Amino acid sequence: MQLFGRRLPAMSALLIWAVLWEILGQSGVTIILPPLSAIFGRLGELAVNESFWNALALTARTYAVGVGIAIGAGVPIGLLMGRITLLDRLLLPWVNTFISAPLTALVPVIMALFGFGETTIVLTVVLFAIWIIILDSRAGARSVSTSLVEMALVFGATRLQTFTKIFALAALPEILTGIRLGLIRAVKGVIIGQLLVSVVGFGHLFEIYSSHFLMEHMWALLLVLFALAFAIDEVLSYLERRVEYFAGSRQ
Amino acid sequence: MSAMPASEAVAAPVHTRPMVEVRAVSKVYPSGVEALTSISLDCPEGGLTTLLGPSGCGKTTLLKIIAGLIPATGGEVRVNGQVVTGPGPERSFVFQDFALLPWASVLRNAAFGLELRGVPRSEREAIAEQYIAKVGLKGFEHRFPHELSGGMRQRVGLARALAVSADVILMDEPFSAVDEQTRRKFQEDLLELIANERKTFVFVTHSIEEAVYISNRIVLLSRRPSTVSEVIDVELPRGSPEEIRRHPVYLDTIETIWRGLKHYLD
Repeated sequence: MQLFGRRLPAMSALLIWAVLWEILGQSGVTIILPPLSAIFGRLGELAVNESFWNALALTARTYAVGVGIAIGAGVPIGLLMGRITLLDRLLLPWVNTFISAPLTALVPVIMALFGFGETTIVLTVVLFAIWIIILDSRAGARSVSTSLVEMALVFGATRLQTFTKIFALAALPEILTGIRLGLIRAVKGVIIGQLLVSVVGFGHLFEIYSSHFLMEHMWALLLVLFALAFAIDEVLSYLERRVEYFAGSRQ
Repeated sequence: MSAMPASEAVAAPVHTRPMVEVRAVSKVYPSGVEALTSISLDCPEGGLTTLLGPSGCGKTTLLKIIAGLIPATGGEVRVNGQVVTGPGPERSFVFQDFALLPWASVLRNAAFGLELRGVPRSEREAIAEQYIAKVGLKGFEHRFPHELSGGMRQRVGLARALAVSADVILMDEPFSAVDEQTRRKFQEDLLELIANERKTFVFVTHSIEEAVYISNRIVLLSRRPSTVSEVIDVELPRGSPEEIRRHPVYLDTIETIWRGLKHYLD
């Protein structure tokens, strides 16, 4: 961005908003919005809080397991849907429904079935992440060029070989896009799951902070979560760019 | 490539035994489109047979039926006496759009047919390296397809088809995506390879000059629904590529074919 002929650093917009926040916070217009400096102060406090680290560990654990299941099941399902018309007809309506459905409303159902523990949070992560992974893997499998498939057949590939040596790799750019979007949705899933369960992890912390009106703590926690989601997104889009380098030459 | 001059390759001996026999093959697509009507032809062992015809006449369909990629709706194809029911190790294929794996190196692409057959890595790479050198790509083993020109990519496709040591190599307009200069060089190199490899080639092209220059036998197909309208055995004299391209027999054959095909246009 340029202003009065001078290049502004990339984060300058963020800086303006931070200053504005600080001014509003200091002026004390609302208790909901404490000054930013105070929030950063609480970050240090969080860093020595054991329940924060427990919550972070639980979040990381449930996120990793949930995402693992979503990828491990979503990619093969999507690829198979892309190649087998019958399966596609059978599953696509469901995938399309769930991809746009208000999934939060389903979390209480999972809770009723699996209780207030980590299983519910893991399943919430899967529920949020898997649909876009399926849909993008399916799109990837469908975009694989016919001649690559014919080539594999001519040289005697078995069905499994065609799947692992052609489809999985030729569809990799789309699969990775799906995984990236899925991982971002999974961040929502892991937080919403904890908020609704609200007796473990960050959900528990949020519950404590909001019921005691500890706004500075709550904002500090939010900043941590935002930064986490942002970092995950950045890492994934970097990986995606690396893969697209090869995908660009796809025939 | 070996130092053997192209001139000797031109007179590759045509054995009488047919390697590929196409018997009354027809193909009707589920949509009702009739692509081929009772096609019968022989491809002599050790020679290069070209399927030539107006565009959209089903040349590629016929080639893919021989490859076992598309089932025929009538008739049968025999390769080396065996009825074709699907792809088989005695046939390999060179694709019009190269069909290389963009994520794999030249070496892995050339060895891919062997990889699918479960040949151990060191063994298949040694074989692939040999054929990469034969098609003139020595030194490019670790490049990726997108780093190569169209002509070089097709050489990889050819190396892959040769590496599986099939008896019959099917080529679907292999030079159509390649520029004219590269194409001529490629045709000359191909003639050398044919002479050295002693394999049977079935070639699809829409270029009359190309067909006459490289073929031992040309099968002219009519417009869809295709039938065999003429079979021409080409007997070109020995000589340098330049001499051949100016030779009366070469020019006359082109003229004959052109007259045969002309009435299909319009």
